[in-house]
Amino acid sequence: MSQTQAAVPPAVMAAERVLEVEDLHLSFRVRGSDRQAIHGVSFSIGRNESFGLVGESGCGKSTIALCAVRYLPRNARITEGSVRVAGRDLVTMSMPELRRMRSSAVSMVYQNAGAALNPSIRIGEQVAEVFRVGGASGSEATDRARGMLEKVRISDPGRVMHRFPHQLSGGMQQRVIIAMALAPNPQLLILDEPTTALDATVEAEVLDLIAALRREYGTTLLFISHNLGVVTRMCERVGVLYAGQLVEEGDTGTVFDDPRHPYTVGLLRCVPKWGSRKDAGLLDSIPGLPPPVGATTDHCVYADRCALAIDKCRQEYPPLFDVGPGHTSRCFRHEVARDLPRASAASLPGTGQVVASNGHALIELGNVSKTFRQEGQQIQGLVDVSLRIAPGEALGLVGESGSGKSTLAKVLLGLLEPDSGAQLEYQGKNLPVKVGGRGQEQIRAIQIVFQNPGASLNRRHSIRRIVGRAVTKLLGLIGRQREQRLIELARSVRLDRSVLDSRPEQLSGGLKQRVAIARAFAGDPRVVVCDEPTSALDVSVQAAILNLLVDLQRSKGVSYLFISHDLGVVRYLADRIAVLYLGRLLEVGDAETVFGGPHHPYTEALLSAAPILHGEPKTRIRLEGEVPSAANPPSGCVFHTRCPRFLGDICVNQEPPLAESEPGHLIRCHIPIDELRRLQRVGQPPAAQESPEGPAAAKA
Amino acid sequence: MARFLLRRVGLALVTLLLLSMIIFLMANVLPGDVGRRILGPFADPRAVAALNHQLGVDRPLVIQYLSWLGGAVHGDFGRSLSFRAPVSDLLSRALVNSLKLAAVAFVMVVPLGILGGIVASLNRDKFLDRLISVTSLSGIAMPEFVTGIVLILLFGITLRIFPITATAPAGSGPLTQIYYLIMPSLPLVFVLFGYIARITRAGMNEALDADYTRTAYLKGLSRGMVIRRHVLRNALLPTVAVVATQTGYLIGGLVIIEFIFNYQGIGQLIFTAAQQKDFPLLQAGVLVVGIVYLTATLIADVLYSLLNPRIRYGGAE
Amino acid sequence: MSAVAVPIEAPDEGVQQRKTARRERYRQLLRSPTFIVGAFLVAIWVICAIGYTHLAPSDPFATEPLRRLRAPSSQHLFGTDRLGRDVLSRVITGARVILVVAPLATLIGTVAGTALGLVTGYFGGIVDDSLMRLVDAFLALPLVILGLLFLVALGPSTIAVILVIGIVFTPIIARTVRAAVLAERGQEYMQAAKLRQERAPYIMFVELLPNVLPSILVEFTVRLGYAIFAIVTLTFLGFGIQPPSPDWGLSIFDHYAFISGGFWWPVLFPALAIATLVVGVNLASDAISQAFER
Repeated sequence: MSQTQAAVPPAVMAAERVLEVEDLHLSFRVRGSDRQAIHGVSFSIGRNESFGLVGESGCGKSTIALCAVRYLPRNARITEGSVRVAGRDLVTMSMPELRRMRSSAVSMVYQNAGAALNPSIRIGEQVAEVFRVGGASGSEATDRARGMLEKVRISDPGRVMHRFPHQLSGGMQQRVIIAMALAPNPQLLILDEPTTALDATVEAEVLDLIAALRREYGTTLLFISHNLGVVTRMCERVGVLYAGQLVEEGDTGTVFDDPRHPYTVGLLRCVPKWGSRKDAGLLDSIPGLPPPVGATTDHCVYADRCALAIDKCRQEYPPLFDVGPGHTSRCFRHEVARDLPRASAASLPGTGQVVASNGHALIELGNVSKTFRQEGQQIQGLVDVSLRIAPGEALGLVGESGSGKSTLAKVLLGLLEPDSGAQLEYQGKNLPVKVGGRGQEQIRAIQIVFQNPGASLNRRHSIRRIVGRAVTKLLGLIGRQREQRLIELARSVRLDRSVLDSRPEQLSGGLKQRVAIARAFAGDPRVVVCDEPTSALDVSVQAAILNLLVDLQRSKGVSYLFISHDLGVVRYLADRIAVLYLGRLLEVGDAETVFGGPHHPYTEALLSAAPILHGEPKTRIRLEGEVPSAANPPSGCVFHTRCPRFLGDICVNQEPPLAESEPGHLIRCHIPIDELRRLQRVGQPPAAQESPEGPAAAKA
Repeated sequence: MARFLLRRVGLALVTLLLLSMIIFLMANVLPGDVGRRILGPFADPRAVAALNHQLGVDRPLVIQYLSWLGGAVHGDFGRSLSFRAPVSDLLSRALVNSLKLAAVAFVMVVPLGILGGIVASLNRDKFLDRLISVTSLSGIAMPEFVTGIVLILLFGITLRIFPITATAPAGSGPLTQIYYLIMPSLPLVFVLFGYIARITRAGMNEALDADYTRTAYLKGLSRGMVIRRHVLRNALLPTVAVVATQTGYLIGGLVIIEFIFNYQGIGQLIFTAAQQKDFPLLQAGVLVVGIVYLTATLIADVLYSLLNPRIRYGGAE
Repeated sequence: MSAVAVPIEAPDEGVQQRKTARRERYRQLLRSPTFIVGAFLVAIWVICAIGYTHLAPSDPFATEPLRRLRAPSSQHLFGTDRLGRDVLSRVITGARVILVVAPLATLIGTVAGTALGLVTGYFGGIVDDSLMRLVDAFLALPLVILGLLFLVALGPSTIAVILVIGIVFTPIIARTVRAAVLAERGQEYMQAAKLRQERAPYIMFVELLPNVLPSILVEFTVRLGYAIFAIVTLTFLGFGIQPPSPDWGLSIFDHYAFISGGFWWPVLFPALAIATLVVGVNLASDAISQAFER
């Protein structure tokens, strides 16, 4: 430790600010012309502080992170300003000095841990290398590497050190990266979306780890994320970035509770409030799109999208206004920012429960199993799943990656053939397992909206052709009737008619997703599978798409099978919830029943892991380890290896049945529901799982 | 790992079997009447029939193929019509000569190509990179006989630095033999340099842009260390595979090189067999070329998997 | 339909930018020095191939027994060959031969390979597996040797060369197309098509083909280079185009024996012609593939 700090002159040690970014301008050279991406960003982070940088894709967050280590793409150039780490300007620094800074004062953790580790070098060697750069000898470096891996709570570091990166799970890989980053005990740790690629339960664990280590090492954090909930949890201060400009900055609590820039206000309104449901009203959205990278304006960059904009906003460039202690906003209208009018209607006319469950199921899936064969191994994608979807109902499907959510959706669609023994029914009639064997009515009735609108639309076809083909194929309409139907569809998904003549590549992600929705609704479907329909989109666009889906459900009486990893979104949209784990159904019930509890211990853990923006602090339950391999699932209850409320032998030896513990609520657990209710009402985490404290404690 | 090797060898054998069928069909079915094809349109029908009988092509096709394959497995490819000698004797002698020529070319081109690719990548989009790119693109495209003839005209006839034949006088030592082989191997070097340099450059560029390279830089390693310890290791893996694949092209080039430099290798033998319509020799020669190629790729694949931990140590736990 | 004031989204500034990015690709290609040099070299020979009757100073087939193997002079800039024919005229006219034969052969291979690649890539399964083995077997033999074997069996002629190159290219191009199809097959628009119960031909030709077209175009230009390489080489070995064609490879084959006597011109000029053409094609195709891969 003394050694690493010796690299930095003692005078700097006294400096209050660990990172000072001042008037940073950066441009990318694209095809011979400069496109400015960062327009004069300034902020600073004090010692031991955790600073969050939030914003939507393309706003320049990651570029700023890379500036703080001066590792820029070859076509990027800092044209103005300075980036000082521990008082020393990285921009003008010589290469040897910069190397010394990187090896001692500043480290980085990346989004994609798997790619950030060298695939052909053993883990131990990669971690030890950090110490060797610092001057440690071979065996000393190895010892310290082992110690570092222990610090990031890798249980068997000796074994892991001999592994290659591809042999570790995503969560483990990220721990190794964190170990390497913290190894030189840096003053500044930059985290660029460190948990975005991880599952919710693993994410929660990694975030806890970061918080704990930060306290232990007294490290200053620059935390980059698009997820406002994660930033709330991890950071004391936050900066909101829009189109390469810092539009608002302040204490996290203050900024998120009392935002003073219309963009921040809009962004916060786009995220479903924890516990809010569609019945309570529509989400707000932000109209328009951010300006393209390289666009420059001499006035407020947000004026074009801002409902509060006045003439001044379109003529002058707003300075930073002090709006409170340590709280600044780059808005002339900061005083009225919170009164920003809604961009979309607050509620739908004629609200009320649409779900008319008259007992008849629209879709009935019985005993669906799906076994994949891979290199001689049998992998159970789905095990004996039975579900029903009522007419007009949105069934939310929840689970981590590998839980079988998408497999189930594909079985329903007929794109994947289940193991024999499965029964699929639509409106009480047999539904053939292969899409090719289904009748015209069944084909029309069951459609899908995919996750990635870019891949789901044929990029060589015009929108008219994409949607029109579905109209022709599903409804048999041609000529004028087809055109009429097209216009009707475009209107129902709020697309301008002019969009019909464009190609997918000319449209933004949100517009493309509307086109995909229009295609799914071409034949008046009865059930639409929504497979993570908003997870490839920015929050402001997500809100508009969710609103549209709610609207269509109401107006067309359609049912959804809604898949999402975002519990806030599922809770907002779904009427009923099904929880999958390793291909097994662990819990099914009404959304409020499942979320309100008592719930299955796994659901409990998932809820506890979800990073939430608004709402009450929850009990914190952390799951140990990773999801087991589906090729070799645990015996008995498949969840027993990670269960926080593990009972004993019965869980290991006997698989619990999916039992109706109360009307309409099924749980697959050995613990009786009353016992669960007692355990969970107390609000205490299981005794064995002493949970780490949050960032609030770290601050104190 | 053992599983992977077994599968890989099995695949190579299947490919080889298919290859033998293709060659057999081309040499025995495509010509129609083989004897007529050899003796010409004006030959006596009885002579044609006699030749067909001698060659055994009057038997059912499957029998012919199986007996040919059976012989080939034991190293017996029948007798050459034009040389009136066992095909296997001719082939083994020629193969040794060809391997000498190929070895000289390889020793020159592999380090040169890899170095060229590395240099190009480290100077990406700069003058050196452009120069190497254009050179390799030109090299890949240039037929060996074009380069060969220009070399002969320049170094053999005008400057008289190198002999215009590849065959050293009988009884000369290894150094003299290598001296005679240098100019003939240059056209091959030119072609292969392009392939190897390009694939090395691509591998290097990919590794230089990879996230793990960023990790290495951000550890505070110097550029030299990053390249030596992190980039090269990953970048050179694909090159291994390519080098082996290129042996195939190398052997294809031998036909021309051996012809213009008058060298008694397998290429020359195949060419003579083709000219003389010596089908037994031709099909055996072509099969041997295929075997050499398949063996080389097999070795490359095994080497690649040994060097690549992803294959060496299965998947995640 | 309920009248909710969810705003209508329409194309805006972002749309325009993406539109120009597409045109930018072509502009970039036209600005790339590699492409300019390559296209220039190819253009010279294309002009020769089209206007050879006007460009050739004399009849490329007219023999003059008294003026055999004359060195380059003001009368015959490239000299005369062993039959007294003007080498310059034969080089100019030779462009026509190779520029018809090579693209034709490549086209045959591309059309057949595309069809095969689409079918195997789309259906997969055993057909696909066996085709891939067959491709492996074909690839185990160098192009020239494979061509040689074919031509010995079929007898040398121009038609045979075109066919042979086309046949040999078919599985190779099929493999490229198949790889492109496999990459597309996982795309969600394919699943969307299946969910409409589209028939296989519609999916293959209307949904897939336009998306794999860029790969096919790139593959065509790359294969064209190989085709020229293989054709001139086979001709040089005496198994390709037959006399009295002014083909370059053939001219070299005809006069190869004379170079040790110092008669370099009937060999060197066709050789340089080949060199410039293949380098031109390769430079252009490399620039094209780079522009399309981006």
